[in-house]
Amino acid sequence: MTPLLVAAAALVLLAGGPARAASPPAVNEETVHEIASQLRCVVCQSLSVADSPSETASQMRGIIRERLAAGETPAQVRDYFVDKYGPWILLSPPRRGFDLLVWVAPFLVLGIGLVMVALVVRRWRRAPSRVSPPALDSAVRERIRREMEELDR
Amino acid sequence: MKTRWLRFSIPLAVVPVLLLLAYGFWTNPREIPSPLIGKPAAKFTLTSFAGDPVSLERYRGRVVMLNFWASWCRPACYEEAPVIERTWQAYRDKGVVVLGVDVQDQDEAARKFIEQFQHSFPNSPDPGGHVAVDYGVYGVPETFFIDRQGRVRFKQVGELTDAIARERLETLLAEKP
Repeated sequence: MTPLLVAAAALVLLAGGPARAASPPAVNEETVHEIASQLRCVVCQSLSVADSPSETASQMRGIIRERLAAGETPAQVRDYFVDKYGPWILLSPPRRGFDLLVWVAPFLVLGIGLVMVALVVRRWRRAPSRVSPPALDSAVRERIRREMEELDR
Repeated sequence: MKTRWLRFSIPLAVVPVLLLLAYGFWTNPREIPSPLIGKPAAKFTLTSFAGDPVSLERYRGRVVMLNFWASWCRPACYEEAPVIERTWQAYRDKGVVVLGVDVQDQDEAARKFIEQFQHSFPNSPDPGGHVAVDYGVYGVPETFFIDRQGRVRFKQVGELTDAIARERLETLLAEKP
């Protein structure tokens, strides 16, 4: 019985020892979530790596965790995924180069639209003043006055 | 003058939107260019299903065809599986190495797949998906062609055909070592 116990203890030590030694240092799960929420899940439709239940996303979260544990900064982890998948992997396009257009264009278009509306409104407000009533000559004026007087009686 | 400006402003606003829409319709949303083309292939060391170490570094100086697959990937992986073995048999003596990486799979199902198609080239599971992410894999099957200098030169998304494999490998083999 004793040799069996010794063998069992040795097995436990062997199995537990390396596992403990290999376990990565504690990583802030909030940081993992923050990075994962900025990355597009590559096998999903419009889901982030943080939100997707797929195995791919789970593996990617694992990789984020490992890289942070290895001492990489969140920016370095993000850059690693961009290196592998291109800027497409980022749910929000970077605010530089051609991608800047995505951030600027809506405000630019809104501005142009507001200017156009202002121009149109100004035209409408001016429009009635252009159509002035026809000038009445004195004969017509006199006739109206007489007819009004007759009505009053 | 102002009326004319306003008249022009409508097409000025509509035409770019239409052009953008047309561009969107003409492009294939699944065709995402890999940023890895032309770059050094990520090194990796895996343990094959046969229990042997498989290291990309070992094959420097040879053309490598790296295939990502899974036993659950139907029908594409099943349809291309004979192509991969045929390619390996046709090019193994010409300086080409074929490596298989099994993604997110069950061990038993993966071994059955290898047996079914009698794959004789090294096939390894990818625990944790490290190699798949290192190669920017979206889904399976995907095949990468690595030149003798160890650079990723071509990427095939989806099923590989004999013609594509031949064309890619011949191009890389024709280059000076």
